[in-house]
Amino acid sequence: MTATTRPAPSACPACSAAPAAEALAARDLPGAQIALSLPTIHCAACISKIESALDAHPRVRSARVNLTLKRASIDAAPDVTAEDMRSLVAGLGYEAHELDAGTLSATATDKAGRELLMRLAVAGFAAMNVMLLSVSVWSGAEAATRDLFHWISAAIALPAIAFSGVPFFRNAWAALRQGRLNMDVPITLAIVLAVVTSLWETALSGEHAYFDAAIALTFFLLAGRYLDHRTRTIARSAAEELTALEVPRATRLRDGAEEVVGVSELAAGDLVLVRPGGRMPVDGEIIGGTSEIDRSLLTGETLPVFAGEGQAVSAGEVNLTGPLTVRATAVGAETSLHRMADLVAIAESGRSRYTSLADRAARLYAPGVHILAGLSFLGWYLYTWDLRTALNIAAAVLIITCPCALGLAVPAVTTAASGRLFRRGMLIKHETALERLAQVDTVVFDKTGTLTAGTPRLDAPEALPREAMAVARALAEASSHPLARAIAEAARAAGVAAAEVTDVTEVPGYGTKGRYEGREVRLGRASWTGAEPRAQTASFLSMGKGLPVAFPFTDALRPGAEEAVQALLADGKRVILMSGDTEPAVAALAERLGIVEWSAEALPADKAARVEALRDEGAHVLMVGDGLNDTAALTAAHVSISPASALDAARVASDIVLLGNDLSPIGAACATARSATRRIRENFRIATVYNLVAVPLAVAGLCSPLIAALAMSASSITVSLNALRLR
Amino acid sequence: MNVLAYLIPISLILGGLGLVFFIYTVRSNQYDDPEGDARRILSDDWDDHPKP
Repeated sequence: MTATTRPAPSACPACSAAPAAEALAARDLPGAQIALSLPTIHCAACISKIESALDAHPRVRSARVNLTLKRASIDAAPDVTAEDMRSLVAGLGYEAHELDAGTLSATATDKAGRELLMRLAVAGFAAMNVMLLSVSVWSGAEAATRDLFHWISAAIALPAIAFSGVPFFRNAWAALRQGRLNMDVPITLAIVLAVVTSLWETALSGEHAYFDAAIALTFFLLAGRYLDHRTRTIARSAAEELTALEVPRATRLRDGAEEVVGVSELAAGDLVLVRPGGRMPVDGEIIGGTSEIDRSLLTGETLPVFAGEGQAVSAGEVNLTGPLTVRATAVGAETSLHRMADLVAIAESGRSRYTSLADRAARLYAPGVHILAGLSFLGWYLYTWDLRTALNIAAAVLIITCPCALGLAVPAVTTAASGRLFRRGMLIKHETALERLAQVDTVVFDKTGTLTAGTPRLDAPEALPREAMAVARALAEASSHPLARAIAEAARAAGVAAAEVTDVTEVPGYGTKGRYEGREVRLGRASWTGAEPRAQTASFLSMGKGLPVAFPFTDALRPGAEEAVQALLADGKRVILMSGDTEPAVAALAERLGIVEWSAEALPADKAARVEALRDEGAHVLMVGDGLNDTAALTAAHVSISPASALDAARVASDIVLLGNDLSPIGAACATARSATRRIRENFRIATVYNLVAVPLAVAGLCSPLIAALAMSASSITVSLNALRLR
Repeated sequence: MNVLAYLIPISLILGGLGLVFFIYTVRSNQYDDPEGDARRILSDDWDDHPKP
């Protein structure tokens, strides 16, 4: 629990202290609320297995698994840590990650969605009842019976519209106050005018009342709004979950004692301890320890860099071997991580020029409707000099042209498409991302961390001498350095047993050493083992005699990378590889994937400039990248995708996030986006056809409430069914 | 036509009951995990005795 209560200022300290103490005690009672992300659960058995295991834990009060969000929320005693729960679930064979409860609490209850659903339910209830009454009017109720039915309809419809229509009224008012027109202005006008003329007609026991149309309109439009809202909430909560996965903590050294604090509490000048495997929380200077650091997320280089005293480090770099003490020089917004935001802001100015299909339709539509309704009112008034007839016809025109189908046309399709892509592991963050993805003709990939997994793999282990492998395995198993782990794994896979090496010690920043057959053996950096450094990532083993043996590495391909590139090439798209890594590494990968156009050693600004140049040539660029050096390019591109493993900044800059490890959904996503855009256009056409048929009738004064209801329901249902055809 | 005097209130009350029940389901978080609830019904953990 992170909630804090601030006692109110009071005259007597004891008065305020006692309730505060009580509040503290009461707050302790609820215990720890722990949230875990469980990305791999999928069935009823998973739910009951995890829930019963958690419930069996003596300190857990209750646990509930949510399969839709793939999350477990646990209510436990205060001393239970998230790590205990995580390892408990991981022990059952499920992947589990701690979620930052503070970040998640914002999405725990979706108040706005619940409110919309409530309004939708009331509108639906009222629409059904009013429709039933209207059916009897249409089938020939007369005189007093008709008036009675109209009055009952009014009694149901008026409060229902007053309650359910609030979102439209609010939006329309906000737009009008700024002197603009949006979709909600004609909607509000149609609803209000329909209700007013119907009331007037009913009072004069007239024949045509549009209560049913007004409430049905509200219902259909609310359905569209709700779909739209839900799609966005799902995307937002998934994006927030990704952020919550990174619990921002750092170990601060104060007077020689270690304390774990939130990154936001650090100040410049603080001493921060970064353990092997940890990420630098601040920009700073190393004042103690030696190690190697991995800067691939910042620069795209795969080769780890030696780090010793006096060297500057940047936030976001990963410490590999030895613990480092860093004196912070810049924290929070001043770190180089955040300075990159300037580049992003420049790139941003080129973005946001895209107008969504819905906005383009609304821009044509909203003034058109008002002019049409106004003209028919004026025409009929001049023709008959009868205000009642003219107003009736104007209301009929507004109701018939009301954007019921238009309001559903886009949300129905985007809901269907994002749901489909979400199940394939893609999260659509931006509302127009699908439309933009459909236009893509050029795809730019980053290398490190995007096409490659960022974990090294030993190149051709069978070509290495067996004895060297055995010694290397013995030395590598003592280290948690990624290269050492790759050697140990390759040796295990090749069935090479570890040699008898004694006195194995790790020398942070250099490698591991030990004694083998009376000689000192070393596995590590080139300079330390007496070998010639190479351009390719490699470790070296010196056996104490002869030349050191080189262990070259390649970066393992990310699963699905090959399929994704092949699918895009087969689709006739231009594929470009742009990396900050060295030339041989990039060339090798480009050849392996069959990519003809590539460039190496690209600086972040180069990448963004290149993407902008492509854009100026008229290309619609899809950028796929994960690192900080890609952030500007991600923003400059027409549409962008980043994997879930990307830095927070890159994920924020991109429109679509890949939730899994796999890249292969990218090809299919382009196809889905294209068919979704096609469906949206079809839906607009269907809605227009209905209008073309019904509007002349309304303008000619031949429209009855029956025709209005038929046209409205038929077009809305056709549009929704068309959206569901999406494959 | 006197039958309308009974039938209209009855239909309104029945529809209103449906609305009230729906609002109750929304308020008691029954739409938070539609996928999980659909699967939970298949689990036989609490078939013999209710969950404590």
